[in-house]
Amino acid sequence: MQILVCAGTGCQASLSEELLSQLNSEIEANELENDVQAIRTGCFGFCEQGPIIKIMPDNTFYTQVKPQDATEVIQEHIIKGRRVERLLFTDPETKEKIADSRKMGFYKKQMRIALRNCGFIDPDNIDDAIAKDAYEALGKVVTEMSPEEAIETLKKSGLRGRGGGGFSTGLKWEYAFKNRADQKYVVCNADEGDPGAFMDRSILEGDPHTVLEAMAICGYCIGADKGLIYIRAEYPLAIERLKTAIVQAREYGLLGKSIFGTDFSFDIELKYGAGAFVCGEETALIHSMEGERGEPTVKPPFPAESGFMGRPTNVNNVETFASIPPIYLKGADWFAKIGTNRSTGTKVFALAGKVNNVGLVEVPMGITLRDVIFEIGGGIKNGKKFKAIQTGGPSGGCLTEEHLDTPIEFDTLLAVGSMMGSGGMIVLDEDDCMVEVSKYFLDFTVEESCGKCSPCRIGNKRLHELLEHICKGNAEESDLDRLRNMSTVIKESSLCGLGQTSPNPVLSTLDNFMNEYLAHVIDKKCPAGACKELMNYVISETNCVGCTACARVCPVNAISGERKEPHFIDISVCIKCGACMDKCKFDAISIQ
Amino acid sequence: MSSIKIELRQEDVNKIREICDSFNNDHQELINILHKCQQHFGYLPAEVQEVVSDCSGIPVAKIYGVVTFYSFFTMTPRGKHPISICMGTACYVRGAEKVLDEFVKELGIKAGETSPDGKFSISSLRCVGACGLAPLVLVGDKTYGRVAPDDVKNIIKEYEEL
Ligand SMILES: Cc1cc2nc3c(=O)[nH]c(=O)nc-3n(C[C@H](O)[C@H](O)[C@H](O)COP(=O)(O)O)c2cc1C
Ligand code: SF4
Repeated sequence: MQILVCAGTGCQASLSEELLSQLNSEIEANELENDVQAIRTGCFGFCEQGPIIKIMPDNTFYTQVKPQDATEVIQEHIIKGRRVERLLFTDPETKEKIADSRKMGFYKKQMRIALRNCGFIDPDNIDDAIAKDAYEALGKVVTEMSPEEAIETLKKSGLRGRGGGGFSTGLKWEYAFKNRADQKYVVCNADEGDPGAFMDRSILEGDPHTVLEAMAICGYCIGADKGLIYIRAEYPLAIERLKTAIVQAREYGLLGKSIFGTDFSFDIELKYGAGAFVCGEETALIHSMEGERGEPTVKPPFPAESGFMGRPTNVNNVETFASIPPIYLKGADWFAKIGTNRSTGTKVFALAGKVNNVGLVEVPMGITLRDVIFEIGGGIKNGKKFKAIQTGGPSGGCLTEEHLDTPIEFDTLLAVGSMMGSGGMIVLDEDDCMVEVSKYFLDFTVEESCGKCSPCRIGNKRLHELLEHICKGNAEESDLDRLRNMSTVIKESSLCGLGQTSPNPVLSTLDNFMNEYLAHVIDKKCPAGACKELMNYVISETNCVGCTACARVCPVNAISGERKEPHFIDISVCIKCGACMDKCKFDAISIQ
Repeated sequence: MSSIKIELRQEDVNKIREICDSFNNDHQELINILHKCQQHFGYLPAEVQEVVSDCSGIPVAKIYGVVTFYSFFTMTPRGKHPISICMGTACYVRGAEKVLDEFVKELGIKAGETSPDGKFSISSLRCVGACGLAPLVLVGDKTYGRVAPDDVKNIIKEYEEL
């Protein structure tokens, strides 16, 4: 038997390492070493319910397991063969306990290709990975296929880049293949900068070998013997796992010279990012790898012509790479049949925000937003009302109720004013103010703009200022036109993808939530009650008993009134700190 | 550049030289060299950058350009207990800003600053990817999940005596 313990960043933060060592000591104490192994695996995806353990082969899925639960799991489940009911997942709707993860709403509609091994193998153990077919595709490609054939397979699969752009991966490899040079490079973009996305990190943490394998396949196809992984310094766990994986792959001869006895050689090196979102853009990424400031440059030349050190370089995203080995094992047709005509295969999303089941989900392309939010995500937290879903991070847009039945595909999302992006999906509810949400993203863009070109450097700053005015109730209706005009100019005249997409959150909320903007600029009200400057604290005369507690706690003496008489807040003095509301025992203070 | 002047000891200078040598003073490796230096010193004051320049032959202006470009590098020392509040989108919509405000209020320092006694510093960071635990706070290496503004006092208390 095996006990799989999730050791992704999310679960580790909730003590999964302690849990693992408790399980191990219980196994030892009961002399079960020969029958049971507790294994550290990558992310199961259901982060909301972590730490998670899964017992194989019977597929029992325990959620929110604490280190002190280890004894019971061993005594009851392992020794006596009885499930620990209280640790099973409870279906929020039927209130039924579900033991088999495959029957849970969260997993039912998922289909795992890129994440196929995450949560099933020990990422630090190459034998585990090999038992799940790691490096088999590499072996097949280098011994049985020519680079041209291998590229043709990839083209036929229809795979498009998962890093945001959605460019055909096969075509990209073909360009790099056709450009002649003494030296070429394969680069894996593991910069994952979207501030609500963690797909790539989970893949690297859970199944690092799949990325190494696919990079080697790419090297063989385009004629490169060197690979570089550009990874964020903020991902220490992923970095450690990659380092271990590279050492193990070298020991097994799967990286290095004459791989699979052929004359193909390939090795991989890590390069570290240092916290700059724009370095996810491929030209900026290449400059950063060369030790420079990570500023983008104009394309063309594309990296496939002149990239790292001026040599042809193929840049792909982590998830793109992770999707590749199965294509060679199961065939291009198999992959092309999944998803839709123009977007084949699956996509991983980091589902987060106001949704019940936060986590990592992989779904076939073409599934609707509704299925993802309400079936997999289990609906909105605390019974609130769905308001919007933000996809594509700072480059994407907010979609509403009316878009819920839109199939998730590269082109359909673009057509409704958002984008696939790298896979961040943030669910918003009735309490979120859409103006404030666009301000949040602009905040991010302003901070992350590299400053090289003025539309992005100055324009976004102005956009942000305008949004601030709107949130504070200092804007006019005509400012909304300025907002839209400026957005269009920034999009059209910025140098790189960051500036070209940064106004998207503004434009999409202007399109879909005009009423909210109007309420801010005309009525000076925030319908969601989120903009502090636009709300007022008021004391209800009927509820107030005149206890004076509020008047005493107010830091600026804005509250007056006689003892045992209803009190009153002077709005011109109030700083809206909310201290009075926290203090009131009679529910007499509310926000208007 | 930072206003505090510091004196580097000979052993510090040797350490920097050792780091630069380990990367063969390769200009391409500047970011890796700076990562290692920051790991050693905790931050990258002007004096450290000058020594890196001496050893590697990279102009100090370029080093400064790189240090200030990347948010991971800092020129001010962080507190003994650096507090980072995740401001990724998931944490933000689940109330991270209120948590940050509470830390700012309790400690009397702003984000990006270090308390005068050197104990605490506050910074915001972008998505650590533990969105299931949003809002998330890191103190040193320790993670606190689902933090509410009311929890802030207790978190600070845990470290005040240390
Ligand atoms: C501002 C900006 C940030 C980006 N960030 C990332 C990122 O974090 N990860 C990534 O894989 N691609 C990112 N990209 C896209 C890359 O430039 C590039 O298109 C991608 O790595 C190509 O790989 P793919 O074809 O496999 O998607 C970003 C692009 C822009 C303009
Ligand atoms: S668009 Fe923005 S991030 Fe891109 S090059 Fe211009 S200033 Fe830099």
